[in-house]
Amino acid sequence: MPETSCTCDYGHVMADQKTLAEPTGDLPYRRMTRPMEGRLLGGVAQGLAAQLSLDPVVIRLMFVLLSVVDGVGVVAYAVLWMVTPRQPYAGQPPQRDWSQLAAFSAVGMALLAFGWLTGASKGGIGMLPFAVGGIGALILWQQADPERRKSWMSGATLSIRKNRVRTLIGVVLVVIGAIGFLAAQGELDQARPGLVFTIVVVGGLAVIAAPWLAGLWKELQLERRERIRQEERAEVAAMVHDSVLHTLTLIQRVAHDPREVARLARSQERELRNWLYQPAQDADATLAAAVRRIAAEEEDAHGVPIEVVCVGDIALDSAGKLGATLKAARQAMVNAAKYSESPSISVYAEVEGEEITIFVKDRGKGFDLETVPLDRMGIRESIIGRMERHGGVARVRTSPGEGTEVMLTMKVEKA
Amino acid sequence: MTRVLIVDDHRLFRSGVRAELGDSIEVVGEAEDVETAVKAIAEHRPDVVLLDVHMPGGGGQEVLRRVLGAGSQVRFLALSVSDAAEDVIGVIRGGARGYVTKNISGKELTDAIRRVAEGDAVFSPRLAGFVLDAFASSEAPSIDPELDSLTQREREVLRLIARGYAYKEIAKELFISVKTVETHVSSVLRKLQLSNRHELSRWATARRLV
Repeated sequence: MPETSCTCDYGHVMADQKTLAEPTGDLPYRRMTRPMEGRLLGGVAQGLAAQLSLDPVVIRLMFVLLSVVDGVGVVAYAVLWMVTPRQPYAGQPPQRDWSQLAAFSAVGMALLAFGWLTGASKGGIGMLPFAVGGIGALILWQQADPERRKSWMSGATLSIRKNRVRTLIGVVLVVIGAIGFLAAQGELDQARPGLVFTIVVVGGLAVIAAPWLAGLWKELQLERRERIRQEERAEVAAMVHDSVLHTLTLIQRVAHDPREVARLARSQERELRNWLYQPAQDADATLAAAVRRIAAEEEDAHGVPIEVVCVGDIALDSAGKLGATLKAARQAMVNAAKYSESPSISVYAEVEGEEITIFVKDRGKGFDLETVPLDRMGIRESIIGRMERHGGVARVRTSPGEGTEVMLTMKVEKA
Repeated sequence: MTRVLIVDDHRLFRSGVRAELGDSIEVVGEAEDVETAVKAIAEHRPDVVLLDVHMPGGGGQEVLRRVLGAGSQVRFLALSVSDAAEDVIGVIRGGARGYVTKNISGKELTDAIRRVAEGDAVFSPRLAGFVLDAFASSEAPSIDPELDSLTQREREVLRLIARGYAYKEIAKELFISVKTVETHVSSVLRKLQLSNRHELSRWATARRLV
């Protein structure tokens, strides 16, 4: 049993400690200190454990037991706390391990309560089952903390085997404690056994299960965080792979065609920008977004850069007025990209009050509006006619050599 | 001959710009971060500094703060891949006299440098759009009405810039001289830099999009 060896070691150290407390100069042993990191109360048990190369849990358990039995644990702890210097630490004072402290306190309280109920605290045999149950519970609880588990045990294979042994010991001890208590209790008191039985069994089960559940929960959280991080990384990787790498490959293959290279580069640039700066914009929700999307599509289709500037914005309606304006704007962009031979196209969309204006301008060769054949549907039907049907206005300014500008105006009632 | 200093943390880009600039421009030096930029500006005293917005050590705004804060009269033209509102408005309010994006052609850049060297402002269509947008919400009470709103004429000029018109075309459209167009643009730049409208900065931050 670890307790016995521990108790005698403990006494030994107590003696050492007394001599160490006095500054004798020549120190035969490493001086005991109270580490602040991972302490529950004052760090006494931890320091003692380090000094004795024992698990802190054994020392703590011992303190709890000694306190419950006749109070000597409290006195010993207090004395040690006073004579042991604090271990120096850097930076912020480390937090106490509150959950563990709570667990030890709970066990101590429970032991006290049961001791009082049964009169076992006088030192009778009835005390033993509690002690055994308490040890089992503590071992289980202690074991659930993965950090501590690691620091206790050296050697991975050993730790796994020890783990199982510990669990087994814990479960057995809890069960023995419960049975032993009930056996002792049954003779002592007839009034409360039902209640106490329930408490003990439920408590025992909770003590057994709680650390595992807590550990499981913690691991789940950890895993979830890790998964989210990995998904994000995968998304970036996919983005880079699907778009950037792909485009770079395409550019190498069409290196002889500067126009195509420029188109690819621009399209990639736009995509990357959108991804970086406009994470969640619905292209069908507002006018500005829709204009940008249309411009991007026509730019891709025709390989002519389209610069879009938007001032103000408005939600797209269902009445179709804005839809018609957008269709006319698209047609104007298509015309400019296809026929004007302009190196670039400027699109300017403005929402001012209830008036929406879209300009599509190129610096291309222009044309004579009068000489456009009647059967050419582009301007006459798709732009001017469409706008007029929906109550808007389309004006085309052009002359040969001067470029073309299409101006679309539409009035809407703002919601 | 306009003397220019190029500040950019990409060496390839610096040499690219150097190669693209016309004969009327002499590149007197290069710098790759805030520290070297401040030092090079003090040493070479260029007419115009081509300033990258994103750089190690605080970026273009830090260069502006340190150089202009020390009372230098050197003129800055911001040149960046980013055309996010907060970058554009931030660097203009920091004291740059113009903002162009890096996909500008060599000829246009030469033109913009000349304009900045002469003390005028250079507005890209997008910057014009930003200004119109930022000054549009005029319902908020203004502290200084002269600084906090645009005149009708300034608005017209900006709108034409946003539509893709060159200064010459704007002058023709509005029946004014090119010099008058430049005056209007400079006036808008002054308002942009001096206006206390807090919604200007707020607007730029809120509009974190291209």
